[in-house]
Amino acid sequence: MADDKKPETIEPGAPPTGTNPAATPPQKMVPGGDAPATAAAAAATGAKPPAARPPAAPRPPAAPIPDLAGRTTTVASAGGSAARATTSAPAAKPATRDPDDLSPLLTRRAWLGLAWGAFSAASAAALAATGRFMFPNVLNEPPQQFKAGLPTEYGMGVDERWKEKFGVWIVRTPDDIVAHASGFYALLVTCTHLGCTPNYLLAEAKFKCPCHGSGFRLTGINFEGPAPRPLERARVVLADDGQLLIDKSRKFQYELGQWTDPEAFLKA
Amino acid sequence: MADTKKEGAGTRFWNWLTETQIWKSIFRHDRPNTDRTRVLVMLSNVFLHLHPVRLRKSGVKLRYTWCMGGLSFFLFLVLTLTGLLLMFYYRPTLEYAYTDIVGLREHVPLGIMREMHRWGAHAMVITVWLHMFRVFMTGSYKPPREFNWSIGVIMLVLTLLLSFTGYLLPWDQLAIWAITVGSNMARATPFLGHEGPGSALLRLGDVPLIHAYDDARFALLGGSFVGEGALLRFYVLHCVGLPLGIAVLMAVHFWRVRKDGGISGPL
Ligand code: HEM
Ligand code: FES
Repeated sequence: MADDKKPETIEPGAPPTGTNPAATPPQKMVPGGDAPATAAAAAATGAKPPAARPPAAPRPPAAPIPDLAGRTTTVASAGGSAARATTSAPAAKPATRDPDDLSPLLTRRAWLGLAWGAFSAASAAALAATGRFMFPNVLNEPPQQFKAGLPTEYGMGVDERWKEKFGVWIVRTPDDIVAHASGFYALLVTCTHLGCTPNYLLAEAKFKCPCHGSGFRLTGINFEGPAPRPLERARVVLADDGQLLIDKSRKFQYELGQWTDPEAFLKA
Repeated sequence: MADTKKEGAGTRFWNWLTETQIWKSIFRHDRPNTDRTRVLVMLSNVFLHLHPVRLRKSGVKLRYTWCMGGLSFFLFLVLTLTGLLLMFYYRPTLEYAYTDIVGLREHVPLGIMREMHRWGAHAMVITVWLHMFRVFMTGSYKPPREFNWSIGVIMLVLTLLLSFTGYLLPWDQLAIWAITVGSNMARATPFLGHEGPGSALLRLGDVPLIHAYDDARFALLGGSFVGEGALLRFYVLHCVGLPLGIAVLMAVHFWRVRKDGGISGPL
């Protein structure tokens, strides 16, 4: 810091805050030149500091201040415009830089802005990447679609052979409550209360959820416990080779009237 | 110091020890036998400096704080230590998780560590609630302590999440279905859960942006049901992510008790 220069570089009445940090401490030395000095003077006279502040005088012509590189610039006002004013007017700027011109390409303020901008962008990108990282592209889960064998392999009633692996009961009924025909439907084994897996109770002809006691008829309709709606049915069609094809990605909800969909029930 | 009596071996050893370079390089203050040195003990120790230098008399009264915050912290330390020990035996996979837990009871000497971890966890949930209750009843959430109350709310959530994630790890029926039920609530997350309010609005034309395979519940479970992905995610969150977060917040919490003027005074 060029301590010896300080008295000359600041004129009384210069703006209270400078952008050049090197210039700030010396300002305190100038009586009446800035806030602390004013406050001190006011305190000496017993006046309240804020009230003692003189009304802003018309700005004196900007004083030249040497910066850290020793170059003399012109302070136009406090704040960013001082930085912008460090070089001469843009119109006068030559197209190519003078090799002797030591002024930085970026002002400190612009550089800081750029750096913070880049840092924030990188942080946001890292955050987004972290979020995306949590969603893998391949899942080690059983497929949503599967072939369940020939219809002739099924007797009347609830068939549990796919419950463990694919999470469906295949039910063969002589007369469906919605389709009013004989055939197949595939019930998802997920309780519509909070997602436990109910048990099929043969003797009581119902599905009973162990978690909070919801009960469902073999049709899937709920009749006891907290479950708010019937079990869902999955798409069931015949594949080209005559097997049952179950597609869990297509679900049919009774309460939405979707069980009437032709693919919600396979007539057979 | 009694000058007339001959110094015992213990005192001489102590005097020698506290003059060694090693001792002096660690402790930058004399014995805490004056107000000044006692303050220095607190100020020159990175752990102790989180604690207020002086306490109000009411602040150490059991009937004022119930020591529930202190007990919560104690239980957190117990859980950290016992949890660390459990990690030496527990493998978070479908194949081993349950049998490792059984093995901790059957084959590991002092497998009681597991019991301590489990009971300690239940106890910590209780003490944290009671601590919050006492802070509320003493009005200690009022300015200037609103910020510490907020930190506390976050720590309460983290405590419950630690309890929730830990609950899955034994991988027994209770665990699996409890987490199935619990994580299904995440379906109803506003906007980010595929059955939650507002999520239907997030779509590009016909394509829903939030569905069962990319919503909050999926992120939690790493799958569409409670399976191996969920077990691993819960394990990592339980053993690393959440404890780290709550430990940092505890440091802030204690520091803030100090900065807000120590434990609040009686009503
Ligand atoms: C995660 C577990 C927590 C731990 C380990 C903890 C620890 C502590 C400790 C040791 C104290 C000193 C006084 C005392 O022991 O009662 C304290 C004070 C305080 N805690 Fe907690 N805390 C926890 C959770 C919470 C929660 C959930 C809240 C409220 C939402 C909360 C709000 C506060 C407030 C406001 C104080 C200052 C009380 C006063 O000045 O009287 N803390 N905490
Ligand atoms: S989850 Fe089936 S009754 Fe609650």
